[in-house]
Amino acid sequence: MMDLNYELIGITVLWTFLYGYIIVAAIDFGAGFFNYYAIETGQHRTVSHIIQRYLSPVWEVTNVFFVFFFVGIVGFYPDTAYYLGTTLLIPGSIALILLAIRGSYYAFNASATKPRKSWAFLYGVTGLLIPASLSVVLVISEGGYIYEDGDGVQLNIQELFFSSYAWTIVFLAIILVLYISSGFLTYYASKAKNKDAMETFRNWFLIWSLPMLVISQFTFLSLREHNYEHFQSAQDYWYLFGLSLLAMIIAVFLIWKKRNFGLAFIMIMLQFGFAFYGYGISKLPYILYPYIDINTSVVNEAMAFSLTVAFVLGLLLLIPSLILLLRLFIFNAEYVEGKNEEGY
Amino acid sequence: MDDVLLGRIITASTLSFHIIFATLGVGIPIVIMVMEFLGIKNKDSQYMTMARRIAKGFTVTIAVGVVTGTIIGLQLSLIWPDFMRLGGQLIALPLFMETFAFFFEAIFLGIFLYTWNRFKNPWHHWLLNIPIVIGSTLSAVFITSVNSFMNTPAGFDLAEDAFVNVDPIAAMFNPSVYVRVFHVVATAYMTAAFILASIAAFKLIKNKFKKDREYHMKGLKVTMAIGLVMSLLTIVAGDFSAKFLHNEQPEKLAAMEWHFETEPYADLVLFGVLDEETQEVNYALRIPWALSFLSGNSFDTEVTGLNDIPEEEHPPMVIHYFFDLMVFFGMYAFGVSVIYFIVKKFTRFNEHHPALLYAYFLTGPLSMMAIEAGWFLAEMGRQPWIIRGYMRVAEAVTNADGLGLVLIAFIILYIILGFTCAYVLIKMFNNSSAEASRAEYYGEGVDAK
Repeated sequence: MMDLNYELIGITVLWTFLYGYIIVAAIDFGAGFFNYYAIETGQHRTVSHIIQRYLSPVWEVTNVFFVFFFVGIVGFYPDTAYYLGTTLLIPGSIALILLAIRGSYYAFNASATKPRKSWAFLYGVTGLLIPASLSVVLVISEGGYIYEDGDGVQLNIQELFFSSYAWTIVFLAIILVLYISSGFLTYYASKAKNKDAMETFRNWFLIWSLPMLVISQFTFLSLREHNYEHFQSAQDYWYLFGLSLLAMIIAVFLIWKKRNFGLAFIMIMLQFGFAFYGYGISKLPYILYPYIDINTSVVNEAMAFSLTVAFVLGLLLLIPSLILLLRLFIFNAEYVEGKNEEGY
Repeated sequence: MDDVLLGRIITASTLSFHIIFATLGVGIPIVIMVMEFLGIKNKDSQYMTMARRIAKGFTVTIAVGVVTGTIIGLQLSLIWPDFMRLGGQLIALPLFMETFAFFFEAIFLGIFLYTWNRFKNPWHHWLLNIPIVIGSTLSAVFITSVNSFMNTPAGFDLAEDAFVNVDPIAAMFNPSVYVRVFHVVATAYMTAAFILASIAAFKLIKNKFKKDREYHMKGLKVTMAIGLVMSLLTIVAGDFSAKFLHNEQPEKLAAMEWHFETEPYADLVLFGVLDEETQEVNYALRIPWALSFLSGNSFDTEVTGLNDIPEEEHPPMVIHYFFDLMVFFGMYAFGVSVIYFIVKKFTRFNEHHPALLYAYFLTGPLSMMAIEAGWFLAEMGRQPWIIRGYMRVAEAVTNADGLGLVLIAFIILYIILGFTCAYVLIKMFNNSSAEASRAEYYGEGVDAK
């Protein structure tokens, strides 16, 4: 067997999938929320069909990114099942119930002969609560909320609930969802040559960019309070966070100037990408501070090898399929514009 | 209630809800594939419409299947963290591959459902069925492999509380995987076909739209044919399973047959009531020597009895009832589909006689109940183990508080999801005529062939 650094391969693969999940899920969740918001404010005639056109073929794929991440992390680092599984019984169950409501009611509403406002409300609002509840996992992973006693590991829910760091991350997650998805929808509406919808999404994006900037600064401050060690190691990667800020400035500038929306969305992805990898790298070697260290908790070598092989083969299958999906539904001007199609 | 029992009830309720949608998710793509094939090949817009209408309803069931599948995927770690810690070392590979299969299916299903009008050549759209069927079936294969591992662990050595010489491939292809995959896939195809046959039969019994009769008769014919073939395969798979259990998991076979004394010429026990104290079986129908024959193809095969198995490893005796229900319901659907074709081909009677329609209508719900009974049999039959021979469920359950609350929350969720799903499906098809859909999709003037 080849001598590979499985602990690093594993975390890189998983972190990348988590990055992918956050981008597609943010678009998905935010779109659901904006859809409901538009219904409430009477803007749905302008924007709802654009949102539906995007959401319909991809919502299921979004969910798989998530499944992939948690199956992968248990596979590569089985200790996560024990520590995070035990401590997350309640927060995890809440997140699962929200995910179930959102996924089903999206499909129910999209398939029903008459869409219902109450159903749009269910998947719109859960779309903001899911990122909030999932972000709790990242909070816990910083350490300080878990203690070990005779019965095993326990989560200190009180400590978590009254923690300023936890609430910062929750708000970060919600704002990020609204920011990323309005940025994407601006681009998508401009592709659809729907000027009214584009204007609406653009306004939403510009509105959310300010809180985005503020909350990212807050995150650093509260990380410093909560886990000073991690904060210090994050400073070693200051250039990644700097690049992230630069990408954000470019993105906001382009959208403000109504120029090159495609490039603007790439900048949004880079902005988040730099920050996310910067955060991830500075956190190493801990997945869950201080219990799960990637060097000591990686799965046995035979399994790590077979997972890596399965991963490479799986990607060979997935990447062309994903490209096909994107070409048919996102980079296909006729579909996006909703033109009549020829068929049988 | 103690945590082990609570954990088991949570997992059982999630799985028994999920399995309904999972079974449809594995089976329905096959039916859609056949319908669209018949439609394109015969230029028959009724079959095309059928494929589209089934696909439309399928979108709703697949959504519930996806979310409940996500739930069980994570619940394994939330409720049974020690099991997953161990599982990660041994069976992460098939779990991981299952998500790939699922991913692959999800992508092509998204494309399939929203591109009915986008291909000039209808065969190009039909080709999308292939990755969907491959993806959905492979998901079933890999996840069954994980479950098989829990029944017949393989691919590692145990050395003082640690696993050594882990061989992921051997764990994935553990001894019971072939038999179980065959059984799971055949019954999923069978059940999906009979569920759709039930809908056709129901629509022939009671339907506002008289002009739809021909459409539903065609639907009934095709789904009955698929159901017949698949139930034959299921019977073969069931026979393999009995022989497999005889060789590898004798305690499960003995408990499901209330077989106490190890002996040749063993009887097959159908129905009945057991007095556990005296080991006496009353009111049962006994088929002499049949159990020996099922176990080894000869009447003198010696079948291990429960008295030769340590008592703390006995599965609960209740699994006998699940076994009876599974066999009885499965055989019912098989028998009814045989009758349908006999009446249709060889008699001058009308195969759409109301009495027969009621019999067809029952095939779907009963097949689904057979699936549920079969899984209860399989899962309770390996109690007290979570990984047979290595880890008991009591050692695997989480030590976190709050299992009772979690159970209540999920039960409420499943009730709401179940009702809304049924409501949406009924609304979707109750007020819309198939012929009207056909005219909408393919134009007013088009006649069915």
